Amino acid sequence: MAVPRSSKMVFWMFLAPVLCWLLLLIVLPHIDLLVMSFSGENDLGKSTWTLQNYRNFFTEPIYWNTFLRTAVFSIITTLITFLLAMPVAFYIVKVVRPRLQGAMLMMLLLPFWVSELVRVYGWMILLRESGVINHFLVKFGLLERPIEMLYNDATMIMGLVYTSMLFMVVPLISAMESLDDSLVEAAYDLGSSKTVIWWKIILPHCKPGITSGSIVVFMLVLGNYLTPNLMGGKNSLWFTEQIYNQFIASFNWNQGAAFGFLLLLLSSLIIWIGLKLSRQKLGEVAS
Amino acid sequence: MRKIVLFTLLAVLSLSGFAQAETLSILTWKGYAPQALVDKFEKETGIKVEVTYSNNEEMIAKLRATRGAGFDLAQPSQDRISSVQEKYGIYQALDYSKIEAALFIPSMLKAVQTNTLVKGQSFAVPFCWGTSGLIVNSAKAAGADSWKVLLDEKYKGRISYRLKRPTLIAMGFALGYDPFALYSDEKAYQAMLDKISETLIAAKPLVKNYWANGDALLESMRSEEVYVAMAWDNGGWKLHENNSSIDFVAPKEGALGWIDTFAIPSKAKNLDAAYKWINFMLKPENAGYFTTMEKTATASQGANAFVDQQVRSNFERSFPPAAIDNIKWYPPVPAQLEGMEGKILDKVKAAQ
Repeated sequence: MAVPRSSKMVFWMFLAPVLCWLLLLIVLPHIDLLVMSFSGENDLGKSTWTLQNYRNFFTEPIYWNTFLRTAVFSIITTLITFLLAMPVAFYIVKVVRPRLQGAMLMMLLLPFWVSELVRVYGWMILLRESGVINHFLVKFGLLERPIEMLYNDATMIMGLVYTSMLFMVVPLISAMESLDDSLVEAAYDLGSSKTVIWWKIILPHCKPGITSGSIVVFMLVLGNYLTPNLMGGKNSLWFTEQIYNQFIASFNWNQGAAFGFLLLLLSSLIIWIGLKLSRQKLGEVAS
Repeated sequence: MRKIVLFTLLAVLSLSGFAQAETLSILTWKGYAPQALVDKFEKETGIKVEVTYSNNEEMIAKLRATRGAGFDLAQPSQDRISSVQEKYGIYQALDYSKIEAALFIPSMLKAVQTNTLVKGQSFAVPFCWGTSGLIVNSAKAAGADSWKVLLDEKYKGRISYRLKRPTLIAMGFALGYDPFALYSDEKAYQAMLDKISETLIAAKPLVKNYWANGDALLESMRSEEVYVAMAWDNGGWKLHENNSSIDFVAPKEGALGWIDTFAIPSKAKNLDAAYKWINFMLKPENAGYFTTMEKTATASQGANAFVDQQVRSNFERSFPPAAIDNIKWYPPVPAQLEGMEGKILDKVKAAQ
């Protein structure tokens, strides 16, 4: 059926703001950054084209080590988030009475009404040496004296998992909602164990939800700045912090821009590998 | 009908009047524009003041991103102006005729003018000054009086400092270098930085955390999680009010002296208001109020009479005359050093 002319115009009219938005706020600044990442100063202090900013990343162990660390920790966080979110989603969708479902989702959402900074500070108040948890542990005689629970990798991962839970639970819920209960019942009738049901029915059905949740969580964690910085403390140079340092502390915007693009490329690469490994296509996941 | 037209006209006029209400936006450090003074200024001049909190590095980055637009007044430290100005041109030369020189301590005004000289023009006037040194809990760490306590095994897990350039400078002094003398010798400076990074990485297990937020540091000193820290003098004095065993100590290698200034960004819109604010803040009664509140001394001549006695005693307690003479004032930083330092700081933070 041919689309009438006027509706085509309406289509473009509605699309125009979006296109402007994309062009002005996303495409143009990125082009500027891209140009910046390929320029540098020669010995005379003049600006020239160079690949040096990218070369620095691969030749300087601090930089790629930081990236590697950030990527590995992001993957671990994504995995843990998934393991925690799966039962939660299952409980909300299949176990709890429908009337309570809304309330449960609300409870998941509530912490996200305050900013990430406040949430992280909340955790810091709980976990610090003179904090609430230590106070009670000492009071009940479980500890002789308070220990420092902040500023290590485990705490940092916990914080990251906490801040990204929601982004895993929601796609899982929407994927799980379409799962027909009779499939599970049929499997029970045919005598399969719980493990088999999870492995052969529920997980494959939720695959798109798992993948899209994982992608969102992975990208959010990789691009996080606050949580690693505040909860990770002295041992946790996150890659985003390195970008910040290049821009702010070293005044080296060219290097910072190059790092930004490397982060974009390398994280896309990791996601591509992840999709290949799980034999999925981005299009299927997005739909 | 006519009434309606008149009314609309009036409304439009009054609205545009609101839109034109003068504002002064200041890019400054936390505490440098106390609310009481902002209110007083608004009352006196009718100019609305918008304050944005920042630090040296972010101030430069912000102004660089807008090429000096968006703010009418900034307050960078005096040593971070000339090289930045040479490279990015984010400030405009000050018109010293608009500044009431009589309000300033002459030697300090002179020093800042000299230190911010670029191509024959100066870019800043002093506002306040203070030092970085040690905050020590003497009940837990008696006799700590040297930068070296930050590397001392005895205080394992009870030490905190920032991972910023002042720490590198302090460590330089602790290791027996004179970093300021090496500013002009890039190679020697790099050699010193390498030694410092080695030391800081080796000392990593001793540090509780690298603090990033002044209030958070004060909190961990107050709760006695940290015994010795490198920090600003006014922080130590604030803690001293509640816990007399905590105090600021000028290390024997010399406290690091900084002066924060007023500088006007190159594309500032409201110049008049900016100069008004400078003169307003340096008035003895206002500067005195600021010092009483923030425990930071100003460059205002005669503000002392308006400073609380207790605040003045802080200074006398922490700075016997010999310690004053020993203050190491930051000279202007050559631009390329900051890149070298940035890399060292990353290295220290990334080390496991």
